[in-house]
Order: sequence, then C-alpha cells, then structure tokens
Amino acid sequence: MKKIFTKDNSTYIIVILAYILVEVLINTGHLSSLMKGLLVPLCVYVILAVSLNLTVGILGELSLGHAGFMCVGAFSGAIFTQIIGDSMNGGLRFFIAIIIGAVVAAIFGIIIGIPVLRLKGDYLAIVTLAFGEIIKNIINILYLGVDDNGFHLSTQNAAALGLDPDSGRIIIKGAQGISGTPTNSNFTIGVILVLITLFVTLNLIHSRTGRAIMSIRDNRIAAESIGINITKYKLLAFTISAAFAGIAGVLYAHNLSSLTALPKNFGYNMSIMILVFVVLGGMGNIRGSVIAAVVLTLLPELLRGLNEYRMLIYSIVLIAVMIISWSPTAKAFRERYFGFLFKKKKGVS
Amino acid sequence: MALLEVTGLGISFGGLRAVDDFNVIIKKGQLYGLIGPNGAGKTTIFNLLTGVYKPTDGHIILDGENITGKKTADICKAGVARTFQNIRLFSELSVLDNVKAGLHNEFKYSTFAGIFRLPSYFKNEKSMNEKAHELLKVFELDEEADVLASNLPYGKQRKLEIARALATDPKLLLLDEPAAGMNPNETAELMDTIKFVRDTFDMTILLIEHDMRLVSGICERLTVLNFGQILAQGDTAKVLNDPKVITAYLGE
Repeated sequence: MKKIFTKDNSTYIIVILAYILVEVLINTGHLSSLMKGLLVPLCVYVILAVSLNLTVGILGELSLGHAGFMCVGAFSGAIFTQIIGDSMNGGLRFFIAIIIGAVVAAIFGIIIGIPVLRLKGDYLAIVTLAFGEIIKNIINILYLGVDDNGFHLSTQNAAALGLDPDSGRIIIKGAQGISGTPTNSNFTIGVILVLITLFVTLNLIHSRTGRAIMSIRDNRIAAESIGINITKYKLLAFTISAAFAGIAGVLYAHNLSSLTALPKNFGYNMSIMILVFVVLGGMGNIRGSVIAAVVLTLLPELLRGLNEYRMLIYSIVLIAVMIISWSPTAKAFRERYFGFLFKKKKGVS
Repeated sequence: MALLEVTGLGISFGGLRAVDDFNVIIKKGQLYGLIGPNGAGKTTIFNLLTGVYKPTDGHIILDGENITGKKTADICKAGVARTFQNIRLFSELSVLDNVKAGLHNEFKYSTFAGIFRLPSYFKNEKSMNEKAHELLKVFELDEEADVLASNLPYGKQRKLEIARALATDPKLLLLDEPAAGMNPNETAELMDTIKFVRDTFDMTILLIEHDMRLVSGICERLTVLNFGQILAQGDTAKVLNDPKVITAYLGE
C-alpha cells in the first residue's frame, strides 16, 4: 500500500516544479537580473533552513550558531579551490570543495557538539551563539599563504607570513577574506544540493535513527529508559546539521568572487534569520522550512517598490503567518473551508 | 531461581537517607508489589534499579549479571524496562512509532542504510512493523496505530507505555503506579492486562501501587517501605495483616 503523493514526495515535487518554472522564466526572458542574482542565495537559505530544522525541530535543541558552521564550510571549500587553482577541471574541483566543506563543518560540529550538547535549552542557545561568533572572528584575523615551502599561517598581517616573494601567494587576507574565487555555483547545482539535503534529511527522519532522535526530543528520560544512547544520537543529529550548513557555505562562497566573514553573512543576524525560517515554516516541518525560506527571501525584494513600508509589511506578514498557522480558531477555520484539500486523518474514538 | 537480587541498596541525597538497606529477591515469573506511604522511597528504588540514580551502597544482580551503577540505556539492554508514575510517552510520535522506538535495540540497521534505503532498512522496518502491531493488538491499541500518542485518552496512554516497555524485550518489568488516576472498572481491566502480560510474555513484574484491591488481587509477594526502610516483607496476605503495616500505612 504505497502512497505516491505523501508529504515527503510533495516536497520534492514542489522543489522540482519551482525549478522548472524558474528555468522557463529565464529562457523566455521574464526574470530580472536582480531576481537571477537571488537564485543561488535562495538555494543556500533553503539548505540552511532544512539543516537547522534538523537540530531545532527534530532534535529539539535551540542552536544559534548555524551561521558559524556555514562560515567554516565556506572558507574550507574556498581555500581548497584557491589551492588547486586551474590545475583541475572546474566541475570536479567544485564537487570536491563541497565534500571538503561538508566534512570540515561536520568535524567542527563534533568538536563543538561534544561540550555544548551537555547543556539544555537557553544555555545551549547562548553557547552555540558564542561559538558561531568565535568562528567568524577567528577567520577575520587569519592570514594564510602558500609558497614552494608549504603553508604559512599568521594572525598578525600579511608580511608576518614570510612568504617567498616569487612563488608566494596569499589565500586568506585577514578581514579582507578570500578574493578571486571562481564562481562555480549556479541555480541548477543549487537545486540539486537542495534535493540532496531534502533526501538525506527526510529519509533520516523516517528511519530508526530519526525515531531515536525524535524520542530524545519528546522525552529524554523515557528515551534513555528504552535503551537509546542519548549522547550518540544528539551528536549525530547536530553533526549532520552542521555538515549541510557547510555545504550551503561552499555554495555561497562559490557564488561571489570575494568571500569575507562579515557579521551580515556569517554573524548572529544570519543565524537568527535561519531560525526565523525554521520557526515560521514550523519546527520539525521540513517542507515548511523550504517554503518559508523562499517566501521570506523573496518578500523584501518583491516589496522593493514600496520603499519605507517594506519592512513594515514584512513584519506584518510574519505575524499573520504565525497566527494563521498556530491559532486554534484559524486552524478550525482552515479545516472547515479547506478541509477537502487535506486527507482525512483517523480521529480518536 | 532469583531473577533480581538486591542486597543492602541505599542512597543518600546530601544528609537525607532516601533508601536504606533495601533487600529483595524476586523469582522468575513472580508478580511482586512494592507499597508504602508517600515519600517512602518507592520511586527512588525504581530509579536506582534503572540507573537514573547511582546507588551509594549495595548491589543489584539481574539474572546473574551485576548491573549496579550502570547507565540507564545499558540497564535497559541488560533487560530492565519500566513505566513512569507521570506518563512519559513520545507525545509527538504516533502510537506505532512509540512502540517502534522501543524496538530500537532489537532490530538494528545503520544510519547510512536508513538514509539510502538499503535492503536492511526495508527488512528491519518490516519486522519492526509486524512486531509493533502484534504488541499493540495485545493492548487493543492497533486501531489507533497512526494517532499521535498525546491524543490518546489517559487509560490508553498507560497501556501504550507498558507496550513500549515490553517492546524492549525485558526480563523484568517495573510498573510505577499503573492504576493511578483510573476508575474501578479501568483498574479491574488493568489487573487482567497485567496478569495476561505475565502469562503470555513469561514476564517478571515489580509494581508500585496504592490501590490495595489491585495489590491484593494480583501480587504474590509484597515489600512495604516506610521512611526508606523495609517495614515488612513476605506473602501478600500475611503482610497486609501485619499490625505494623496497618499502623504505618493501611490504617485501622
């Protein structure tokens, strides 16, 4: 009794339909260059929202350091691309950069997760926030160069690297970051990465591991009493979440030719913005995260014509969505008038 | 043959001696009751047996294996399952998934196999579903398999908790006030269920209960606890007629 139109499949279908729609618009010349520039960031935000939902919605731990993992992924991927340079085919190099970004972010996830996941609730949120900022600030003072003798690392300035004047090349230039990264990212690759993220996350949730993770969320003591290893599954969920943030970072880094660790892109604001996507889409609701990330990224751009009223409307939409999705009256209203759209669920006798 | 052998078990919280010199021997297949006034330390003993608290003194031997001071998850793997006084279900999971979570250690496949849907995923999920439905049928919950656990009525939530505990394939089942909040009819039904579980699954059961009708109806042996110490121990009828027990707990 396999159902084809399940909630999971509808998520994939929505993404694929959106992709086809956008491709048609591009080819018929109906998409402004501003919108075209937004396509890859959209994919980045969707991946970030889905991966954060794994920590916040499925594992049930509030993490405010997600942008930190994205930062780690972005820089490790970009450093790899810089080092390899043109000696490798662009597509293959980008593929390896994505894997490196994911692995390095996952390693950071484990390193940070081991001490942090002992905490609960607000404490965990504060400490992850701190780790996110630490990562960003360390990268801001980092100088990395390469010459025939190998790598040189400094935290002072470019001169302190002591590079060989002939063969030396600076990769990370402190606060100026990495410049001259080839722009390998495009919308198609972005959508493929979104689909991979969805595939892994959704299948994970509906497996033995996902059940263990969700049982920890719902009741830690009961989960322990039925023999579930709490530490292992918490760390696993946190690490997978970090790895996908790393992938989003690599995609982001290869979309722009220069990469700097600003508060705007890897700071606290970014982490909060991803959290807004997750909360608005519904915690634990993966499809909701995808839709919320897309709508909330496009909304400020679509409202650009309204100038100063833009942020006002943005906030009203946020409040309206929260009321419509959570208030019992609104739920009853939806069920009465749009109930035929949803399949009937078996009620309790 | 003794399944559970507890000797000299004790725990102190700071200056408070919550449980002192607790001894018990439970034979395989026995239905054993633990009673006593509020605050006597009954639930603390459950928490000691399941590793939620580490005992200050004493030994717990389960089926010849020393489980003293082990982690909760490892004690579960050794064969102790429990229910809670205040129901602790996985409220956002379906009834079926609650039981399948209990089968976590019985049917194993890797996270990788789960993500990429390898054959071991389908094989194990199929056996898990069969086993879970079997258990739900025993507790007459199979009709509600897809309902969220939090939407079940109270009596069924209690039953689901027992089903989930049984899913871990335990040797010893600990029930913490299974009849709390139930009316006389539900209690009578629960007594039948507990007896049925003992007979079908060949289970050894230790239960805490305040409802004397249930205790005298199904328990073969009793231990009465008062202020963390054993007040009386032995056959149910004898213990319930003990003047010490009547004064301390049952009342004239």
